[in-house]
Amino acid sequence: MDTLVLLTITGLGLGAMYFLIASGLSLIYGLMGVLNFAHGAFLTVGAYATWYAETKLTGIGSVPLRFLVSALVGLAVGAVFAALVELVLIRPLYNRHIEQVLVTVGLGLATTALVQAIWGADARTVAVPSWAGDTTTILGAAIPNDRFVEIATAIVVLVGIQAFLRKTRYGLIIRAGVENRAMVTALGIDVRKAFTLVFAIGGLAAALAGVLSGVYFGTVEPARGTSLLIFAFIVVVIGGLGSIGGSAAAAVVVGLVQQYANYYASSGLGDLSVVLLLGIVLLVRPRGLSGAFA
Amino acid sequence: MRRVVIPVAVLVGLALVPKLSLDLPYVFNGPVSSPGTLQLLALCLVFAGVALTYDLLFGFTGLLSFGHALYFATGVYVADVAMTKWHWDLGPSLALTAGVGLLLPLVLGAVSLRVAGIAFAMVTLAFAQAGSILVGKNPDGLTGGEEGLGLDFHKLPEWMVGVLNTKNLYWLALGYAAVVFVVARWAVESSPGRVWQAIRENELRVEVLGLRPFPFKLGAFVLSSFLATAGGVIYLFLIGGATPQVTTASFTLTLLVMVVIGGTGTTWGAMLGGVLYTYLDHRLGALADSGTVQDLPSVLKTPLSEPLFILGTLFILLVFFLPGGLAALGKGGRPRALRRIERALRQKPAGEGVA
Repeated sequence: MDTLVLLTITGLGLGAMYFLIASGLSLIYGLMGVLNFAHGAFLTVGAYATWYAETKLTGIGSVPLRFLVSALVGLAVGAVFAALVELVLIRPLYNRHIEQVLVTVGLGLATTALVQAIWGADARTVAVPSWAGDTTTILGAAIPNDRFVEIATAIVVLVGIQAFLRKTRYGLIIRAGVENRAMVTALGIDVRKAFTLVFAIGGLAAALAGVLSGVYFGTVEPARGTSLLIFAFIVVVIGGLGSIGGSAAAAVVVGLVQQYANYYASSGLGDLSVVLLLGIVLLVRPRGLSGAFA
Repeated sequence: MRRVVIPVAVLVGLALVPKLSLDLPYVFNGPVSSPGTLQLLALCLVFAGVALTYDLLFGFTGLLSFGHALYFATGVYVADVAMTKWHWDLGPSLALTAGVGLLLPLVLGAVSLRVAGIAFAMVTLAFAQAGSILVGKNPDGLTGGEEGLGLDFHKLPEWMVGVLNTKNLYWLALGYAAVVFVVARWAVESSPGRVWQAIRENELRVEVLGLRPFPFKLGAFVLSSFLATAGGVIYLFLIGGATPQVTTASFTLTLLVMVVIGGTGTTWGAMLGGVLYTYLDHRLGALADSGTVQDLPSVLKTPLSEPLFILGTLFILLVFFLPGGLAALGKGGRPRALRRIERALRQKPAGEGVA
């Protein structure tokens, strides 16, 4: 029983990170039709900005405060980086989707390589508040506290994005754009502002995933963005491209399946079963769980 | 006439390279006929061929696959495991690899081609990822996991083994590139090849004309994958072992980059892209260690030490300023192939809103 609880909560923690990456990917694809291969780079940039800020802000004595400030720096850097990418690289290629995708491919390769050139390929340790490493006992299972942080953050982001999409004018434009971009443009609304906005939101969420991955693994490394990105792609497709709720549901399923299969079958089988799950979902329901579009 | 004379002339010219006593300082590390240089040139030729197999799918048929690495890796790993772990001889190992190289894309292609566009890209990615995970998991110690698996040289004929015989491997790689070129040319000009391009242009119209696109797409998928598997075998001979990098999604992305650099939907272009990418990938590393770069201030030195950073940046610039790749040099503008592929990718079930 306690193993099951531990696996479930760890799986949810992992799913939380997948969701943070997938939500941005899904919004960007839904609105712009761009499969963003640079999304892993946003995560890496956010994670390294946090780590770098931590090493420079040694003036702040208390570890939790320093971590919090550094995390905010990381989030800001991630969001600004993503917005700049949209403005400088994606916008000039307006309506050329293939080229936009290719540019994100190049950017993903170049950014990871640059981070590796500057800080090396090895993992760097992130100083995390000590309580994140402590455990809380739930139903007899000792759960590391950071799992709760990840799950809570993902829930906050999910609620936040949904509220933004449903309650604000920009959210309305984005939702309308996902539904039918040509119509929104025809009504005289400048959709391009919304493009930059979804990139910034996506970058922010990805950077958040980067910070949390630093807490979850205790380290940051250049290749992590790419390895998480593949699972985020799988989550987005299973959930249905363009659907935030679908991504959230799929992230939970993928995180849990991965943890259970890794533990109960054999290690490594979790990743395989996730891939299998994607195959089955696409063949049975090509439009993903939410049925939005694929 | 020109269509035959130029390729033959290029082939003869390339075949004579190991006999040349030519030294190109900066371009290569040693004389052109030295084993080190021949090895690099042979790698370039292998990737010229493999890039062309990817272009058959992507550029000519309009199928964006993120799983091409799987079929290349099949060639590398099946042949390697058969010879090194099961101690089979070369002949049976090659026969087994060929069998797997045909059957695997036939089955997986039939499944993935049930969906189109981005969904197809994702299913192929998923299958390739499964292969990558399997190799990494190292079942029964067969694949060597992260470390890779060195090839047992005793199973190879003598003319392939040893530094002095690098020229033979070079000719083998040249032969591979030539075969892929001839097959690809012949295939895209055959009547199924015309249907492939018609599918890329407008799949619906192909159906209206009374042809079922599915068998044609499957044909393109199997042919392209099988040729990639053959390339994997040559790569194995050349490198003398298998590394898990060839199974990854990043490897497929580099194939995509090669094709776009050279020119999507062109035979020459894709091969040129494969050569150029492979050459830069290897030589930029050497450049980083050279005195000229080492003396630069670290702001410049650090980025220049990563070939992938330079290649990624060059690729972005190319997409911006020369989207047709090298094949479009002097012509300018956006190539027809890219426009068509984009439309094929955007084909969504009826009633879709996103334009």
